[in-house]
Amino acid sequence: MFGGAAVYLCLVGIVETFSRRWVIADVVSLGHVVLLAVGAGAGYVATMSHGEFARRRGPLAALAAGALVGASPAALLVGGAAIDLRVMFINASPQLYQILALGHAPAAAVPLLVALGAAAGLAGWALAAMAPRARRTLLSGLVVVLIVGIFQDLLQLLLQGPAVVTAVRGAVFTVDGPSAGGAAALCVLTWAVLAARGRYDGALRRATASLSPGAQRGLQALRWALVVGLLLIVPIAGGPFVAQVMVLVGLYILMGLGLNLEVGFAGLLDLGFVAFFAIGAYTVALLTSRGEHGIAHWSFWAAVPAAMAVSLVAGILFGIPVLRVRGDYLAIATLGLGEIVRLLVLSDALRPWLGGSFGIVLIPKPRIDGWELSGPRELYYLTLVASGFIAYVAWRLQDSPLGRAWMAIREDEDVAEAIGISLVTTKLLAYGLGGAMGGVGGAIFAVLVGSVFPQSFSLLISINVLVLIILGGLGSLWGVVVGALVLVGLPELLREFGDYRFLVYGIVLVVMMLFRPEGLLPAAAQRRELHAVDDVPAGEPASAIAVSGAGSAEA
Amino acid sequence: MALLELDGLQVSYGAIQALRGVSLEVHEGEIVTLIGANGAGKSTTLNTISGLLRPHRGTVRLEGHDLTLVPPHGIVARGVVQVPEGRRIFGRLSVLENLQLGAFTQRSSHAIREGIAHAFALFPRLQERAGQLAGTLSGGEQQMLAIARALMARPRILLLDEPSMGLAPVLVEQIFEAVRRINREGTTILLVEQNAVMALETAQRGYVLETGAVVLQGPAADLQANPEVRRAYLGQ
Repeated sequence: MFGGAAVYLCLVGIVETFSRRWVIADVVSLGHVVLLAVGAGAGYVATMSHGEFARRRGPLAALAAGALVGASPAALLVGGAAIDLRVMFINASPQLYQILALGHAPAAAVPLLVALGAAAGLAGWALAAMAPRARRTLLSGLVVVLIVGIFQDLLQLLLQGPAVVTAVRGAVFTVDGPSAGGAAALCVLTWAVLAARGRYDGALRRATASLSPGAQRGLQALRWALVVGLLLIVPIAGGPFVAQVMVLVGLYILMGLGLNLEVGFAGLLDLGFVAFFAIGAYTVALLTSRGEHGIAHWSFWAAVPAAMAVSLVAGILFGIPVLRVRGDYLAIATLGLGEIVRLLVLSDALRPWLGGSFGIVLIPKPRIDGWELSGPRELYYLTLVASGFIAYVAWRLQDSPLGRAWMAIREDEDVAEAIGISLVTTKLLAYGLGGAMGGVGGAIFAVLVGSVFPQSFSLLISINVLVLIILGGLGSLWGVVVGALVLVGLPELLREFGDYRFLVYGIVLVVMMLFRPEGLLPAAAQRRELHAVDDVPAGEPASAIAVSGAGSAEA
Repeated sequence: MALLELDGLQVSYGAIQALRGVSLEVHEGEIVTLIGANGAGKSTTLNTISGLLRPHRGTVRLEGHDLTLVPPHGIVARGVVQVPEGRRIFGRLSVLENLQLGAFTQRSSHAIREGIAHAFALFPRLQERAGQLAGTLSGGEQQMLAIARALMARPRILLLDEPSMGLAPVLVEQIFEAVRRINREGTTILLVEQNAVMALETAQRGYVLETGAVVLQGPAADLQANPEVRRAYLGQ
């Protein structure tokens, strides 16, 4: 199975594309890493599948499995030399063979590949046999090297300026990528940090706990100041591209916070959330546009509260028809409501006012006292302030009586009613306030692009926002932030890998839902539901899966 | 005047008529029980009192004020609180969080603290498990929690729907002991039960419901002695 995966990865072109990226300059490319990881995975699974026998037969099985994985691309190499596979697989190119041969002649490469595969398999066995903590440390080091390799352009960009910083860059990177020495240093450094944390974490915690409340508050404030400071320098250090990506992330955070209020806090599934984003954007467009559809020529600052108000009302109106709808039916009903908004702005009947498919153009940028917030950096700060404010509101709402009412209807609507909660008010407020937050996102989107078109408000946005809050952890505010960074930020930063990033995106989603269904930074109730009763350590489910996949692993 | 008064209550689920003119009274300080077979309309009666169902004819009055058009949360605010059938605790929340949510209608944090202290005095088991997830409690403990949660809203009249359901006899005994104690402390109780033996031992008065109508009523002792009741509900 794993051998097949290795050949598959070669033939769909992933290995070739990834090989352009050096993880360690001129020694190991990302393509090699992928293949080696497949070998190690085979070894790991082969070992785990033997369970109690791991001591004696594990290494052998892992060795065999790894060798098989190594043999598969080797077979591809030999076979590819004999027949022209390009008729069917356009990616079976001479470059691929060159990569697979590791710069040697095909005849010499075959035993080398098998040996490397076996070594990788053995490494997989070692990983499986290791104590979980040691495994985590070891892997963390390697992952850090991998991350630095993948994001080298960005990091090189960031490490500019003062001499000290440039010196660090010179130590780790060459022109082509991280140097072997730099990578090793990074790896060792990570191990050292993790080991130190393992040793001193408890002591540190005790030390913090014994501080006076005032000092603890000070420490907390310092931590926040650090976070804010980091956020402030991101666009300056990262340049306009990073700022642009971060604005996009910010917009998704705004929408995520709004939807999280509905789905995460109140348990009301909503697949039409993009409607509020569209309403916010169109409100700002109508009120500020200098084009033919503009009706008021307001400034952006006056239009934003209006956009919030309009989307709040829209949220309440949106909620009324679905008050009595629950579960799966609610999902379908909200899906329909979301589509209605998109079709309305697209419709010819409303074209004289909303511009139909031509949209509304000539939306001026926001100005502060004559200074125009035109570039991505300026808009980044606007988005930052807006998401900070909205996140604060959401945080305060969470612990308010309204927040507790949402929690109760999320857990059990009927009982919530029986303990004196008004379902109508509570639900409509969830839709209204959630909608208003999405509307703020839409307002910023309108000035970011400078025009609004119906095509920008597709169902896909609703789904993306839902996925990001599930990935981040339903009901968790930090989860929204992390979810947006991972789901919106990463794909933008990984553009050079082309369409494969969507493949990776899909794999990440499936893997996440299998191993960490409560999300990256889950809210307390979610985490308890999925992990409280049996309280399994993280490694446990992995072995269960491994056992079920064992039969095919060695084939 | 009766504290709670039902007059000619008729309720339907679509074409099926579940209550065909139910009238009953509960006086301040009483424990009144409503017994009957499955499907007789006992839970329907309670759900109509708490506003979850709407009668198409008849009225529910609390101290003479018509409750028929008051929404469910308004009825809770007026002091009529139901412990739903099948316990229905918030399983993913802790015992303490369940109690705090039960006090949703209480605005003063002092009253909430007092309520929690009272709940723990009534059910010491809940105090031991205050931080535990409600879903991991045993059936008896969940029933205690459901009752304690309803008490957090400081009811004048507590509507109990089948508190003995699915519990071992020793636990049923404990629950009914708590019900008597809650009553002694001043809360009026309307108790719906299939376990007629326990219900008639606990209550002062009782009503027997059959296919949506009251067929018998009177002091609990009279009902216990009634040959029809003995045969149909007490299995004697």
